[in-house]
Amino acid sequence: MTHSQDVTNLATAQRRLALTLTAAMSAIYFGFILLVAWDKPLLGTLLAPGLSLGTLLGALVIVSAWILVWIYVRWANAHYDSTVASLRKDR
Amino acid sequence: MPSALGAPNPVAIGFFFLFISVTLGITWWAARRTKTAEHFYAAGRSVTGLQNGFALAGDYMSAASFLGIAGLVATSGFDGLIYSIGFLVGWPIVMFLIAEPLRNLGKYTFSDVVAYRLEGTSVRVAAAIGTLAVVSFYLIAQMVGAGNLIRLLFGLSYEKAVVLVGGVMLLYVLFGGMIATTWVQIVKAVLLLTGASILAGLVLLQFHMNPLELFAAAAAKYGDKVLAPGQLVSNPFEAVSLGLALMFGTAGLPHILMRFYTVPDARTARTSVSYAIVLIGFFYLLTFILGFGAMVIVGRETIQGIDKGGNMAAPLLAEALGGTGFLGFICAVAFATILAVVAGLTLSGAAALSHDLWVSVVRKGSAPEREQLLVARGATVALAVLSIILGIAFKGQNVAFMVGLAFAIAASANFPALVLSVFWKPFTTRGAQASMIVGTLSAVILIGLSPTIQVQMLGRPSAYFPLANPGLVTIPLSFVVGIVVSLLAPEKRAADGFAGLQKQLHLGGD
Repeated sequence: MTHSQDVTNLATAQRRLALTLTAAMSAIYFGFILLVAWDKPLLGTLLAPGLSLGTLLGALVIVSAWILVWIYVRWANAHYDSTVASLRKDR
Repeated sequence: MPSALGAPNPVAIGFFFLFISVTLGITWWAARRTKTAEHFYAAGRSVTGLQNGFALAGDYMSAASFLGIAGLVATSGFDGLIYSIGFLVGWPIVMFLIAEPLRNLGKYTFSDVVAYRLEGTSVRVAAAIGTLAVVSFYLIAQMVGAGNLIRLLFGLSYEKAVVLVGGVMLLYVLFGGMIATTWVQIVKAVLLLTGASILAGLVLLQFHMNPLELFAAAAAKYGDKVLAPGQLVSNPFEAVSLGLALMFGTAGLPHILMRFYTVPDARTARTSVSYAIVLIGFFYLLTFILGFGAMVIVGRETIQGIDKGGNMAAPLLAEALGGTGFLGFICAVAFATILAVVAGLTLSGAAALSHDLWVSVVRKGSAPEREQLLVARGATVALAVLSIILGIAFKGQNVAFMVGLAFAIAASANFPALVLSVFWKPFTTRGAQASMIVGTLSAVILIGLSPTIQVQMLGRPSAYFPLANPGLVTIPLSFVVGIVVSLLAPEKRAADGFAGLQKQLHLGGD
């Protein structure tokens, strides 16, 4: 395989993961927002004294953002960086 | 208990002068190191990942977040969380799509990236217009926040307060450039996170360190509805529109984007986003506690009695829990918060004027170092004066809301062009221009026709455009215009340049 083909493959892999994670974040966030807009009583349901479903889901959206970023960073540190390093050597 | 807010507070004034002396000391130190345009705009690319993480957080956690969202939670409960989450979820997008390309493809501004394989001149003019529109709206929000805050804190007049903030910020940016701005942001982020953590800790101490007891107390005082979505998001279109603007706007804010040029490489850019997102997420969880704390401990009536928008919730809470001394500390922190954000904004606006418009367009990319610095500093002075004038002109607007408008423009004018230029091969110069111009104009026009301007400001019975935030229309519109214009007239040179762009994007180096 040629060097430029390797770069293209790396670019494709990075783009696929970046767009998948972006889609995941959008789905989680807009799912939450649409629930807020359409079913306010549901989100107001109290699961425990002081804890509404809306508050719980909201906190989970923040945690999910952290998890998605962690997935990306783990992939980048484990695979992306080493491929970049070897491609840089050969250019 | 009558509040000491608005009366001269010796502790606040002490902290205030301490902060100003320390940051001006930093500025003096930075000024001696600011010899080239690369120092002025990008701190010599020597900022570490941890430092840049704090500086990004410092750039982003504005007074609108700290005071505005705490106030929104205090006055309307759950609804404030919708804003907090929106401000956070933009950061993963920055990480996945923006941070690394920006560092590897650009020099000082985001239009460097858009212009990488396109015809520079015309793209940069469009990008500069988008940047300046975002910077202006965001600056208005910050200056209005500053004016209100300092008036309430020290009894200083609104106008004097705005002039004071503009003046100190001018000193940082004019002399210390990005090096001083970075350190002001780091100091501010540490102060703000410390202050907010202590305050949240003091709140939770009264509820056995259990946030749920706090929320339950709020529900007992004002009804279960404070834990449920309320009036802020009344129709689904409005909700999604606001959400789109907050999410993609973050990835189009020029002062945030510019920070990725201050680190040595793409890997450090990535690391810095990881730190930033943890700090910012933590901060927004704190504001939720602070808002409910203020609701229960201070009471809505008192908060709204002092400021109808609720912006004084956090300072009043600090006074109730830690006395006048702690109030003084929190006030000084809020002041530092505003200063750091306006410094970052002004620097990014100055970069658009001087690097994009003067050096790249007027001088065709070659201007002596001395001239670049001179123009950058001239632009800084002009923007500082403009921000003071706008701050005074827009007296009396709700700050969190104005920030939402700035995000709509960032998401519609900057984000689509940035993403298309990096990820979509057929993108052309005309496509980029059209996308950015349509994004900026449509956002500004629809905001002009929105209920915010038509009903709330002009007092008309109805608005021409139904949504307060235009993101739902303007973001897709900007993407579609960019794509259609590119497909109608393909540009061979731009498409041929895509392979080179990919190589530079991933392999970096100079």
